[in-house]
Amino acid sequence: MKLTDTYFLTFGALLFTIGAVGLLVRRNVLVMFMCVELMLNAVNVTFVTFAKSLDDIRGQAIVFFVLVVAAAEVAVGLAIIVAIFRRRRGGATADDIDLLRG
Amino acid sequence: MVEFVIFFLMAAVALGAGLGVVLARNPVHSALLLVTVLIAIAVMFLLQDAQLVAAVQVIVYAGAIVVLFLFVIMLLGVDQIESMRETVRFQRPAALALGVIALAEVLFLAGHHWATGAKSASSGLHAGAGGNIERVARSLFTDYLWPFEVTSVLLVVAVIGGVVLARRSGLPPDVDLSEGGEEDVARGEDTGPTADEVTTP
Repeated sequence: MKLTDTYFLTFGALLFTIGAVGLLVRRNVLVMFMCVELMLNAVNVTFVTFAKSLDDIRGQAIVFFVLVVAAAEVAVGLAIIVAIFRRRRGGATADDIDLLRG
Repeated sequence: MVEFVIFFLMAAVALGAGLGVVLARNPVHSALLLVTVLIAIAVMFLLQDAQLVAAVQVIVYAGAIVVLFLFVIMLLGVDQIESMRETVRFQRPAALALGVIALAEVLFLAGHHWATGAKSASSGLHAGAGGNIERVARSLFTDYLWPFEVTSVLLVVAVIGGVVLARRSGLPPDVDLSEGGEEDVARGEDTGPTADEVTTP
């Protein structure tokens, strides 16, 4: 048996789906953020897999940009969560943050 | 054969821990399971000749981003158990159905060879001198120099945004369940009396 790209791509697909379903199902804002991280990591797995299969180092370089975007997103997102929790002491789930709801 | 065993071991660990991230009731458990996922993925990167990415994955993701998550969880004290009551009707069945559809789509994409480009002539995985780090660095500082510079702007924006958002805004909290008012007194000097001070003489 040989370890082909399809195994890695299937793994990435499964991990991406777990993250996506988690993002839809969970109400805790922090856990929703973690699900976004899962999805970004699945994409990283795919990038590195294609870097290997197409023999191109640029697939690995792209991963760094994904990483930077993830870091920036977490920094701003967690700051927003801290600001929300400071105003609403009772704890806030995604259901409570509905000021823009029509 | 060894690679095969390692891959399946890490895939099982990562997918199991990924399910754990979604299913754990306590956010702290979710964060720790997320570390497990990230380290398993780092091992997979090693399997695919991506040594630098694997190291950065452990250092930046598991070491910095998840620790930031844990800081916020501990800081806010939000390690309470989330209620599993459905607030939007049919949310979970709909989410599962959408997940199955998305899975079918991405599995279809993964099973076919859409990406059939020619092998890179200049930036091969093992082309030229130096190791993996040197090749990734050369790619970052030549092919991707402009995106790399833009990235620094993005990081500055994120840092400034984080500082501005996390700063005390001086606005009174609209739901004040705690009895303590010392924070309101401490920041009430420059913003005048807060709602809390007006209502409670």
